[in-house]
Amino acid sequence: MLLYILKRLLSAIPVLFFVVLITFVLIRLAPGGPFDEERKVPAQVLENLNKRYHLDDPVHKQFFDYVGGVLKGDFGPSYKYPNRTVTEIIYSGVPVTVELGFYALLIAMVIGICTGLIAALKPNTPQDYIPMSFAMLGICLPSFVLGPLLILSFGIWFEILPVSGWNYSANDKILPAITLGSTYAAYVARLTRGGMLEVLSQDYIRTARAKGLPEWRVILLHAFRGGIAPVVAFAGPAAAGLLSGSFIVETIFQIPGMGRFYLQAAFNRDYTMILGTTIFFAFLIIAFNLLSDVILVWLNPKLRKESAS
Amino acid sequence: MKHLILALVALTLFTGCGKKSLTNVETGTPNQILHVGNGEEPRELDPLLTTGSPEHNILYALFEGLMSKDPETLKVQPAVAKSVELSEDKKTYRFTLRENARWSNGDPLTAKDFVYSWKRSLMPNLGSEWAYMKYYIKNAEAFHSGKIDDFNLVGVHAVEEFVLEVELEYPASFFLQLLDHNSYYPVHQATIEKFGPIDQPISPWALPENFVGNGPFVLTKWAINQIIETKRNIYYWDNNNVKLNGVNFYPITDQQAEVRAFKAGQVHLTSTPSMAIEKIAHYKQNQPDVLRIAPTYSIYHYEFNTTEPPLDDVRVRRALSMAIDRETLVKRVSKGGESAAYTFVPADPEGYTAEPLFSYDPEKAQALLAEAGYPDGVGFPLVEILYNTQDNHRKIALALQQMLKDNLNIKIQLSNQEWKVYLNTKRNLEHNIARAGWLADYLDPSNFFEVLYSKSGNNDTGWKNSEYDKIIEDLKKTHIEEERFKLFAAANKILAEEMPIIPIYNYSDLNLVSTEVKGWHNNVLHYHPFNRVYLESPEKSL
Repeated sequence: MLLYILKRLLSAIPVLFFVVLITFVLIRLAPGGPFDEERKVPAQVLENLNKRYHLDDPVHKQFFDYVGGVLKGDFGPSYKYPNRTVTEIIYSGVPVTVELGFYALLIAMVIGICTGLIAALKPNTPQDYIPMSFAMLGICLPSFVLGPLLILSFGIWFEILPVSGWNYSANDKILPAITLGSTYAAYVARLTRGGMLEVLSQDYIRTARAKGLPEWRVILLHAFRGGIAPVVAFAGPAAAGLLSGSFIVETIFQIPGMGRFYLQAAFNRDYTMILGTTIFFAFLIIAFNLLSDVILVWLNPKLRKESAS
Repeated sequence: MKHLILALVALTLFTGCGKKSLTNVETGTPNQILHVGNGEEPRELDPLLTTGSPEHNILYALFEGLMSKDPETLKVQPAVAKSVELSEDKKTYRFTLRENARWSNGDPLTAKDFVYSWKRSLMPNLGSEWAYMKYYIKNAEAFHSGKIDDFNLVGVHAVEEFVLEVELEYPASFFLQLLDHNSYYPVHQATIEKFGPIDQPISPWALPENFVGNGPFVLTKWAINQIIETKRNIYYWDNNNVKLNGVNFYPITDQQAEVRAFKAGQVHLTSTPSMAIEKIAHYKQNQPDVLRIAPTYSIYHYEFNTTEPPLDDVRVRRALSMAIDRETLVKRVSKGGESAAYTFVPADPEGYTAEPLFSYDPEKAQALLAEAGYPDGVGFPLVEILYNTQDNHRKIALALQQMLKDNLNIKIQLSNQEWKVYLNTKRNLEHNIARAGWLADYLDPSNFFEVLYSKSGNNDTGWKNSEYDKIIEDLKKTHIEEERFKLFAAANKILAEEMPIIPIYNYSDLNLVSTEVKGWHNNVLHYHPFNRVYLESPEKSL
């Protein structure tokens, strides 16, 4: 098992390297530089700025200097925010994104599993159709539609929840978490329903019922463990998706998380910031996929044997 | 959905906030804390380095120059300087500073502080994008470009502790207007030198923990992408007349989000420059008392690339310009209170107003186009209008496309590019026609005319005219209003004849301002200092 994790970690190194290389090349190919503004910066000033950030060095030297810095844990200064390093900015954004992602995941799981369970109990009846239609709607409704809708209803009509911000008041996290979590809740609901239906038709459930167990025990203690497996497999990629995919929600709700920095960095051509956040997100995705694979291997004895050999 | 609502209720109860919580506006107004939606996250708050209007807005709270302006009339008024004398040749200014002006740490603010700051802004290694704003001062350009090393040769001297003398290169009649620009603000020497030499650009001195300024407010907190807090500066010389206890700035880039934040009482006022057209109509109809529309000293125009056919032909350029119905455009398309423009320089009722030398005239436009070899648009090559990706620009471009089709029977293609790509394209003259805008820093027509000077870095038209260049150079030699107006008129005439750009409309300033905000005035320069702003709850004002 340890060997397997180690192997996976080693294979992450070239992945990350190529992510850096491709990003580095692509952002330099994009027209416009970090210091282009509506009013043209005088040539001499531009020269000074380029010198300040070593942008006058040959590109390959810039690349290797950058990689060297990253290996030492230095992601360089941000071009857009001259007084802050990329590390500092990532450090300030990560807790926010992680917190938001955590709440969203929680909502996705609680709502998704409950809805899925209810639907699976009476398949092909209104009790199934109604929640599943909502789930379909949830999958189709993008967050840039759902977010403003929620804001409009709970923030502006009922005036019970704040419409934007983070940590200004205790309840300003509710709407963004729901917006971000709802799509995933819908997926989880469908996965739960599918998993449960499959398990509920199996022999050992019939046996349990035949033994006269109360229905809730059959569902929660016997069927649930098996029925939930697809959700567990989905949780890893979902967590990575929630963390790296929150930029729309962060923009709608003005949340100072990583997603917003990522988006702004691209518009600003803030080279170091783009690279720093890309590395961060790439790392995150690799880590969560590894985590979910490890959990799956650990759950499934067959896979465990394969990974050991 | 049932579960969604249940969960929501549970969450709300869980966080203990089932009842309506107080909004920023509700808590801010009685405590005199102003909450401002402020566009993009500021880059930095070193006044000598920073550019961009979100930063300007904040710097008005944190610093003060020798002179300032009355936000209602834009008349120059004393600020850190209590008086100023001008020499006979109109080239030397002698400022007498207030002896009670202080830094936010209590240190006295003296003439030497200004010499130090202005020197810093001109240090070549600092790389300030604003250095050119000081080129009016004697030898400033020579010092900045490294031709001279001795700052004593530059025309700024502390002749006494509280007396500053400034000698200009030529009698720039608008010089006093520049003094409340952030690049002319003083910076605190001891604080800057705690973190490095005078010309070190990257320095933490302007972060809250180190910050020292001289404005009515002082920086206390800066959480990136979240909030910038300022509170009253008790050492400010005019502190007794400042009513606000603090100003909080929120970086809200998304226009829709800003309007929502205003609606929900999270900010007292918004400052995203362009509001969505639909929203303007909504507020005009339903809440006209909070929507402030004001003309500004600025222009929305299209730039021709005059180096390539068919737009290298002046007749084609004039035809295109005359075929645009600007009145309809501002009334039916932009709808934000803009005014149709026929000159590059906006009107200034107190100063120079350029005479419009052409009008909307489809017949004349057709004749000109025929003269250029394209009768009824036949044979006219496909021309592209380039704009940066934004809905409002798209709507204007669509309208123009239609007008040119109807009036001249020519085909125009639209192309939008992301901001930096767009800037790059037009800088390299890879466009045919590009949308552009220009906002003045101070009230003087030279602001605009200089853009089309052949050596200007902002002339993205490829248009060069020696006669025009000479006018721009001559403008620097005189301060006599009559002579300057004559030169302006001559420049305006050349532009109307040569038409390197199509003036379209003068922008208007759009802000949502809560009725609780008092002392905040609209003006053509988008100049909004906070020292006279205050808040009054609606109960009181009844």
